[in-house]
Amino acid sequence: MRKTILFFTLLISLAAGAQSDKYTQVMQKNITLLDSAKTIDDLQSLAGTFDRIGDAEKTKWLPYYYAALAQTWIGWNPATQDKDANSAKINAYLAKAEAIEKNSELYAVENMSATQQMLVDPSTRWATNGKDAAAALQKGMEADPNNPRLYYLQGMSLFGTPTQFGGGKDKAKPLFEKSIALYKSAQPKPLYPTWGEKQAEQMLSQCQ
Amino acid sequence: MRTPALFIALLLLTGWLHAQTRISGSVKDGKGHPLRGASITIKDSYDGATADSLGKFHFEAAETGAQTLTITNIGYNPVEQTVTLSGTPIELHIALKEQLSELKAVTITAGSFTAGDAKRGAVLSSIDVATTAGSNADITAALKTLPGAQQVGEQEGLFVRGGAGYEAKQYIDGTLVNNPYYTSVPDIAQRGRFSPFLFKGTVFSTGGYSALYGQALSSVVLLESIDLPEKSEIDATISPLVVGLGTQQLARNKQSSYGFSYDYVNAYAYFKAIPQDVDYFRMPQFHNGDANFRIRTKSGGMIKYYTTFAYNDLGLRRQDWDSLNMKDAFGLTNHNWYNNLSWRDYLSNGWKMDLGASYSTNLDNLGQRVQNAANQDQSFNDSVFWMNYKGFNIDQRQDLSQVRAVFDKKLGTLSAIRFGSEYWYSYNYQKYRNPAYHTDTLYKFTDNFNSLFAESDIYLTNALAAKVGVRYEHSSVINKSDIAPRVSLAYRTGPEAQVSLAYGIFYQKPESNQLFATTNVGFTKATHYIINYQKMSKDRIFRIEAYYKKYEDLIKTVPINYYYSTYNNSGSGYAKGFELFWRDKKSIKNFDYWISYSYLDTKRNYLNFTEQMTPNFAATHTASLVMKRFFTKIKSGVNVTYSYATGRPYYNLMLNGLKYNLAEQGKTVDYNSLNLSAEYIPSMGNNKAKSFVVLFASVSNVLGYNSVYGYNFSYSGLYKQPITPPAKRFYFVGCFISWGVDRSQDAINNNL
Repeated sequence: MRKTILFFTLLISLAAGAQSDKYTQVMQKNITLLDSAKTIDDLQSLAGTFDRIGDAEKTKWLPYYYAALAQTWIGWNPATQDKDANSAKINAYLAKAEAIEKNSELYAVENMSATQQMLVDPSTRWATNGKDAAAALQKGMEADPNNPRLYYLQGMSLFGTPTQFGGGKDKAKPLFEKSIALYKSAQPKPLYPTWGEKQAEQMLSQCQ
Repeated sequence: MRTPALFIALLLLTGWLHAQTRISGSVKDGKGHPLRGASITIKDSYDGATADSLGKFHFEAAETGAQTLTITNIGYNPVEQTVTLSGTPIELHIALKEQLSELKAVTITAGSFTAGDAKRGAVLSSIDVATTAGSNADITAALKTLPGAQQVGEQEGLFVRGGAGYEAKQYIDGTLVNNPYYTSVPDIAQRGRFSPFLFKGTVFSTGGYSALYGQALSSVVLLESIDLPEKSEIDATISPLVVGLGTQQLARNKQSSYGFSYDYVNAYAYFKAIPQDVDYFRMPQFHNGDANFRIRTKSGGMIKYYTTFAYNDLGLRRQDWDSLNMKDAFGLTNHNWYNNLSWRDYLSNGWKMDLGASYSTNLDNLGQRVQNAANQDQSFNDSVFWMNYKGFNIDQRQDLSQVRAVFDKKLGTLSAIRFGSEYWYSYNYQKYRNPAYHTDTLYKFTDNFNSLFAESDIYLTNALAAKVGVRYEHSSVINKSDIAPRVSLAYRTGPEAQVSLAYGIFYQKPESNQLFATTNVGFTKATHYIINYQKMSKDRIFRIEAYYKKYEDLIKTVPINYYYSTYNNSGSGYAKGFELFWRDKKSIKNFDYWISYSYLDTKRNYLNFTEQMTPNFAATHTASLVMKRFFTKIKSGVNVTYSYATGRPYYNLMLNGLKYNLAEQGKTVDYNSLNLSAEYIPSMGNNKAKSFVVLFASVSNVLGYNSVYGYNFSYSGLYKQPITPPAKRFYFVGCFISWGVDRSQDAINNNL
């Protein structure tokens, strides 16, 4: 009898191990897919997949983070017409993630979501979406001053702002440099986001 | 025993791993359009798919047995479906129903222009109001560039669709503003008392407005004050015309704020530099002080209090039109105190309440004398008695106290019912003195005005909405009641296009000078019918609107003698026309323009008119072109407004015995005005700048068109004097500085 109990305990723990192992495997597979996804349909499908993983797991913020990130890549695609509707989707995923944990990675995506909405009509949306984007960066840096993605995003924002408005290459350059330095020293935990290093290097080369 | 158990367990486990079921199908909306991005999930599993651009999906489900499939898409009601997964492929075609959503639902646009920073369907923003050339940050002046309003320059007020200025009313946070403009000066339009920067939203209704408001035959302007300021700051204004200083202080927890400001206007330096056609013997001076506090309540509501005190004084001499040797010297002193307290809060179960109270008192001391070339007061003998009626002293006071409560309950997502009541207590007093005859006349009345109203928003789908309301009003001074129904509808005809209809009956009490003479009168009445088509995308708006208005029971003057009349309700009239509006921010980069056109056909028999006549404030064709361009490289913006109106009729209605005769009539020349303004914002974009500076300059009527607004006729009727602006052009230069916040967006300061 004792052996039976032992056996079933073993079986259950094995199943549980398999379950969490399944989570890591599925996440790893889809993160790899996300890195190479190009079309809106592929990205949309990945956002859906991550969302499903999040819904099934219930206690993990990373699946929702990647769902939001995939949706953000859709937002950067010029073929995406309705940026407000797309940002509503990003923000819905972010809200699910933030209900579990608030952290600097989520603020980075929040920044991109607001930036995408601001870029629809910068002159009038500067005061609303633009402010939200800046506030998200600020909160992100308070949460983790060593997140390289935040400095890359701040650099992007300054790079896109005309010199007359306090932006420009010269202002953006030190931020890309800082971002790259942080990427070099970063030791991300398994499944945690790693994107942005290549982009930062490419932007730095444009600042030269 | 043990081995078979293990065996069965393993068998089951492998069974789960291998019995995959293919699920495929499509997701569409109610109209059969594919829903790209819709998510199909087996509940509590990783299995699922996302619909592609054709709405199609497929996936292999590893789960078995009875499972719940959820199909979701943002903006649509989710669907759950039970499926049995047994390895047999499943095909599903799912239609999702669109949720009623504020973002997607139609809004009723017939008769109304919304301006606001975050408002949906806004046509103008507060910045637009400030940067419209020629407006000089006066709300009314900016609204005059929209269709429906007349270009009337000799009187303040909005003359909307054949309605007189007093037939348009302004409301702040739900309560009526009794004296929205500075006290009238003969033949010179005065500015509004309130800065556009006090408000986050403005609705300009040119007709067919909601049952929540009343006592305006033609139009209401609904102003919604801002909640909390974004940051603490200090503002200063420096200009040859005006100096001002103010502050807004936001509490550290960002849940409350207070502020006060003061400014002083003196036209002395300006009139020395720019000669005026009239002779100011008392230089126009204005003192304005205001204070406010705002508190956010725990449930997200707002308590707001705003008060402003104003004092102004001026005196001017104009050419008399009976004797070219004489001048009419007019003087005015005004004290005005305005208070508004409002409390908006969210109660449980979807109830919302809006409470408002307001008190205002306005005191005018007016006087006029006929003077000779040496500026000495003249008196006349009875052979020219009409000259003796040009001299007067009027001391008058208007007090208005109001309370108002509105309760609003959401029904479902968007539909709502609301009802409420308001009570106005008004006190009007006038002491009229004729210095030539040493006669004093005292007029006064009080009025207890009550209204009850109820309204319902009914959303049948995102594409069809209706607003149905009714309003009951009672005024004690005339002892009359009325019931005013209001109905409007909106239907979406295309992705960005919609048709709206509005119908309503509107009542208004007679003006106080009429009620001084008699209270044996009733409400004046107008019935509006409006149809509107609007196509609105992010950067472009096209509107066309047609209307018919019927006036009944308008006030008619019944002369008793040369200087005294009584009134009755025997007047009537109509107005009909159509209007176009086009705004485009897209076609040319950094360039924003709008065009308004109004066609108006109106006639009324009211006051001293002898028959149905087009009133002297109504032009048949009115058009405006407003252009704005910002040059980021030089941190400067340039704004141009061109307004045009065909000539307006003028009449000489002479009293012959106890009857008015139309002695002369004609049309004024067409009205043209080209206005320019420019702003320079040196610290723009520099978020670290401690102070924020805006330099602003404007010129109205750059090309110097000669405007004639009408004529003043001599007693004999043989001479007529054109009514013209006191100077051809108006210039303004000013510097606005604020410390503590980047105000790049509200480039022009409020103290103008």
